[in-house]
Amino acid sequence: MRKPVATLAPTLAALRLLLAAGCDKENKTIKIATQSPLSGAMSVIGSDIKGGTQLAIEQLSEPLTLMGFKVELAPFDDQGNPDTGVANAKNIVSDPAVLGIVGHYNSGVQIPSSEEYHAANLCNVSPANTTPKVTDRGYPEINRVCGRDDVQGVVGAQFAKSKGIKTAYVLHDKTAYGQGIAEYFNKGAAAEGIKVVGFAGTEEKANFDAILSPILAARPECIYFGGIFDQAAVFFKQARQKGFMGMCLSDDGFDSTDAAKIAGDALIQGAGTYYSTVSGGASIYPDAAKFVADFKAKFGSTPQPNSAQSYDCAAILLKAIENATRANGGKLPARADVCKAVRALQSFKGITGTYSFNAKGDPAMGKYFVMQVTSPDPSKWALNKIDQTLSIAPPK
Amino acid sequence: MRHFMGSVNVRQIVLPLGQMAIFVTGAGVLCSAIMLILAILFRGSGADQVLRATQGVGILAYTLDSLPQVLIDGVTIGFVYAAIALGYTMVYGVLQFINFAHSEIFAIGAFCGVESLIALNGLGVMAKASAMGSFLYLGLALLIGMAASGGMAVLVERVAYRPLRSSPTLIALISAIGVSFALQDIIRLVESMTSGQFYRVIPTFGNFDERINLFRIGAKVIDIQVKSVVVILAAVVMLVALNYLVGSTKVGKAIRAVAQDKNTAALMGINVNAMISLTFLVGGALGGAAGVLYALKFTRIDPFVGFMPGIKAFAAAVLGGIGNLTGALLGGMVLGMIESFAGAYLGTYTMGAFGAEYKDMVAFLILILVIVFRPNGLLGEQVSQKA
Amino acid sequence: MKEPLRSRYQHFLALLDRGRTPYFVSIGLIVLGFTLVYLSPRSIPAFLVFVVAASSIYWLKLNRAVQLGLAVFLAVVLVPILGARNVFYLEVIFQIAVFSALALGLNIVVGFSGLLNFGYMAFYAVGAYLWAFFGSQQPYLLHSTVTTKALNTPFFLAPDYFYLFIFLGVIVAAILGLILGLPVLRVRGDYLAVITLAFGEIVRQLANNLDKPLNFTNGPQGITPIQRPTMPEGVLKLFNQVIQPVVGHRVTDNQAYNILFYLIALLVVVAVIVITYRLDDSKVGRAWTAIREDELSAGAMGINANKLKLGAFAVGASFAGAMGVLFAASRTFVSPETFTFLQSVGVLTMVILGGIGSITGVVVGATVVTLLNIQVLQSVSLYLSQLRQSDAVIPIIGFHWKYLSNQLDPTKYQRLIFGVVLVVMMIYRPAGLLPAARRKRELGGGPEGKDLDGKEV
Repeated sequence: MRKPVATLAPTLAALRLLLAAGCDKENKTIKIATQSPLSGAMSVIGSDIKGGTQLAIEQLSEPLTLMGFKVELAPFDDQGNPDTGVANAKNIVSDPAVLGIVGHYNSGVQIPSSEEYHAANLCNVSPANTTPKVTDRGYPEINRVCGRDDVQGVVGAQFAKSKGIKTAYVLHDKTAYGQGIAEYFNKGAAAEGIKVVGFAGTEEKANFDAILSPILAARPECIYFGGIFDQAAVFFKQARQKGFMGMCLSDDGFDSTDAAKIAGDALIQGAGTYYSTVSGGASIYPDAAKFVADFKAKFGSTPQPNSAQSYDCAAILLKAIENATRANGGKLPARADVCKAVRALQSFKGITGTYSFNAKGDPAMGKYFVMQVTSPDPSKWALNKIDQTLSIAPPK
Repeated sequence: MRHFMGSVNVRQIVLPLGQMAIFVTGAGVLCSAIMLILAILFRGSGADQVLRATQGVGILAYTLDSLPQVLIDGVTIGFVYAAIALGYTMVYGVLQFINFAHSEIFAIGAFCGVESLIALNGLGVMAKASAMGSFLYLGLALLIGMAASGGMAVLVERVAYRPLRSSPTLIALISAIGVSFALQDIIRLVESMTSGQFYRVIPTFGNFDERINLFRIGAKVIDIQVKSVVVILAAVVMLVALNYLVGSTKVGKAIRAVAQDKNTAALMGINVNAMISLTFLVGGALGGAAGVLYALKFTRIDPFVGFMPGIKAFAAAVLGGIGNLTGALLGGMVLGMIESFAGAYLGTYTMGAFGAEYKDMVAFLILILVIVFRPNGLLGEQVSQKA
Repeated sequence: MKEPLRSRYQHFLALLDRGRTPYFVSIGLIVLGFTLVYLSPRSIPAFLVFVVAASSIYWLKLNRAVQLGLAVFLAVVLVPILGARNVFYLEVIFQIAVFSALALGLNIVVGFSGLLNFGYMAFYAVGAYLWAFFGSQQPYLLHSTVTTKALNTPFFLAPDYFYLFIFLGVIVAAILGLILGLPVLRVRGDYLAVITLAFGEIVRQLANNLDKPLNFTNGPQGITPIQRPTMPEGVLKLFNQVIQPVVGHRVTDNQAYNILFYLIALLVVVAVIVITYRLDDSKVGRAWTAIREDELSAGAMGINANKLKLGAFAVGASFAGAMGVLFAASRTFVSPETFTFLQSVGVLTMVILGGIGSITGVVVGATVVTLLNIQVLQSVSLYLSQLRQSDAVIPIIGFHWKYLSNQLDPTKYQRLIFGVVLVVMMIYRPAGLLPAARRKRELGGGPEGKDLDGKEV
């Protein structure tokens, strides 16, 4: 019996060492977590959500550093899978150093995961989840800088009306995002008196030949695509090649230089290509151009949609943490105080817009731009023309 | 038995061409007939009235009007599936093993071909290439894609499948799934380290985007894109060449011998390992070529591009009777037609209740039915006979 | 130098088996592990010690009754307390339980009766959507679309129907298993793989598309909120009055629910394990093996292969159905993204990695893959990311961590890691980490070379 006892002491000592290595006791570290798909097919946008946050932390954490804190990024991979997302969320909330989270990309992951943030009073600012449900639950922890489907879809419809469009065909990508926007476009179009001659969804990413047959037969003046550019641009190109010369209209998922790379000349043929977005390009927000340049210098590629928004999410969190820390006399604030500080921000000037949040966590007055693609050259994407600016408050 | 390398066996070229023509027209006529019967049955239905109200045509006229275009689209995608399916079926014929990683082999071909075209484009030679020149460049890209894919397929076989040759097929299949996952991320890793891009887009060159007018019905012109013609022609060449290789050459005979009985083949002095490597080389190269053609037709590729076409082509191979080369063509054609028809007409006929989103599902459903009622595929009898 | 080390190791093992030593070691480890995790709830080494402690109950030679008692005490008392201190561990264990049940179900189909199934997630989806539909407001929303303003619709059923639906999930999934099983009777091997793959894809696409003409699944938006069963009166009370000093803080409703779901999952897994063990040892289990090995001979021995194959599909599916119901309630949200082909392959990976046909092996496989997926790879990535943000330098070569490429991140290349693990396992250990005895013999050698116990002759 003596033997195990004798060996216990050194074992315990060793374990203590290990434990010390494993946990961070010092509360001088502030972590901002990200959750986005970093692996798999959606990783292209997910990685850039992380990248945008990382850039913001590197560039904007100085006020907190001066107060003696070290701000760190804690990136998590939610794999676009609710199981992993919830597990990560629990991991994140159990780390007291985490004061804010930027994410997710998929609404299907955000909704269950944010139940955990809500339970732990952890502030979440989302760069990409446009589904109304995200904020309609009314949690004080959940905010977003992106638009809502029920606003952006309607913006698209109003824009089409102003251009004299009478018939439209609506297509979406069968994701929560694309379908949501398309449904609201559909509703908005009906309200504006535009006739929707067809409404369809498809998961197809390459071969749109089959779907184009009924679309072309219906002869719409405009095709609205709810979804991301990787599908929309391919679709628009194939539609033009099959002889569609009406207007191509899409959403903020279209705002990527890669769209021009994929579709090329097809974008400026016929009645042209338009997309609605909350970030109005370089002429309105010159900082956005700087962000693109910085991003390219750091990560070697141009940022995907939602990346600039995630930069703003992190900026908002950093500013709120800074305010809450000052209010707390230079000590680390409680998580609930960070949430309040986010909601208390007034007209925070970010690189993609000026943000104040309403009681639900939506941007109080959404400014939407409808952009026209002016050049098939990807390097001239930033020069796309603002065709219309619409200010719409989100539904209460 | 009488045929040797060198003396070209014309029959082995004409016969598959004839077969192909029969399959394509057969599948086309059958699908069209079913569609027209449906259209006649649907006259006076709700869908008919909706069409009359919105577009001013009856359902029969509507169907007739779009039928030629739908057929052309179906044939094109059918040939793409057939070209990919060849790789599955080659390997299955010889090893009775589903090479699940073939979809990634396909993706590697697409990436290497597109990367070489992007590099050429960067040199500026492609912008001023003549029509002939652009075909040459495409041919070069095809060769590069084929070499890369063929090489990778051989490597994969050597590393991940050969040690498992005597194990149950389940074990090898899981190894293949492992390879498939690993290759997806390897492509992504290499691309993100080198070009930093996720999506690669084939440069615009030559006259591939132009359309050729085939014929006109009244005021309506039926046309086809140059690149679709290229895809079809290339697939036909691949099919015929492969058929010839397997059917009429000494090497082909050796492959068939290995497929039938490895031990006896070895006793007859055939290098079994070399023949299996060759099978993977040929199957992989065909997959690579299909990848480049796919990129040409559909513009954009990403590291996970192989998955969906891979599964569809696999389904096509099974549909036709896996292990059977002509079966791959028939399966691809049937699947392509079904997809094309379902995508084009489902929404109209059901008044939007079930739309184009069901086209994959219809394809899968028919696949299940075919397997259940003809468990060895449409041309399944010859499974053990042919490579 | 190898021999002495080996013999010392064997000596050590023998020591562990002698007399009362295993009892002391096991209890000591449990106390140690519990204390460590209790004191530093976020430390990974502490958690690993706890995992080792838990597995020691299984590995060491203990009296059956003591083993059982320790296991129950650990699972029902210690884990919930630790879980209340760190919800993440509870989630990890919950997911291990869920995936263990799934893997065990698949194991019956693939491992016991040798039928390949690539669409297993479909049954999980059916269970999940069953409760998601009846346990939410969805039955009242059949004619609504995304754009319809959500009214204050009541829930369709009372929350405690959840318990009934676990059984309904079992039944419905089993029926679906029978339906999928019917074509299985006609096809073999690789064709089966295709059929099940197509079936899995069809179910996922149905879930994604059935928001019209009637809105059954709410399409890609998913169904939320889904009800959870009502919390038993005593549970919160127990935590907040009796053991609050132990936990150290008030237990919120959400944490209590985590514990409740953990316990239900545990119950289901125990039931599944018991059923699986009984099946494996039964006439049916041996008949399955016979079919797997040689269907023709099995038929000649009077085994009704068709009936048994259908049975395998139904039993395997039923486990997934039950877990699906549980999943929907615990997440309060389901959407089609959960039920992809990749997930089916993931569960298959667990079965293969652990040891196809082996019950312990499959549970270990589920544990390893889940831990790797949601804990180990993530924390390695986090650690790398921390290093990258620090001024740390690799000592000898003088490499600054901050210059490490952003592309090199283990989470990013998860599929690569899984893929390589699969291939290496298949080549060097095709029977899995903990092979089933029968399988080991089978793969261990040909007709000669090894005797029936797998030892070299």
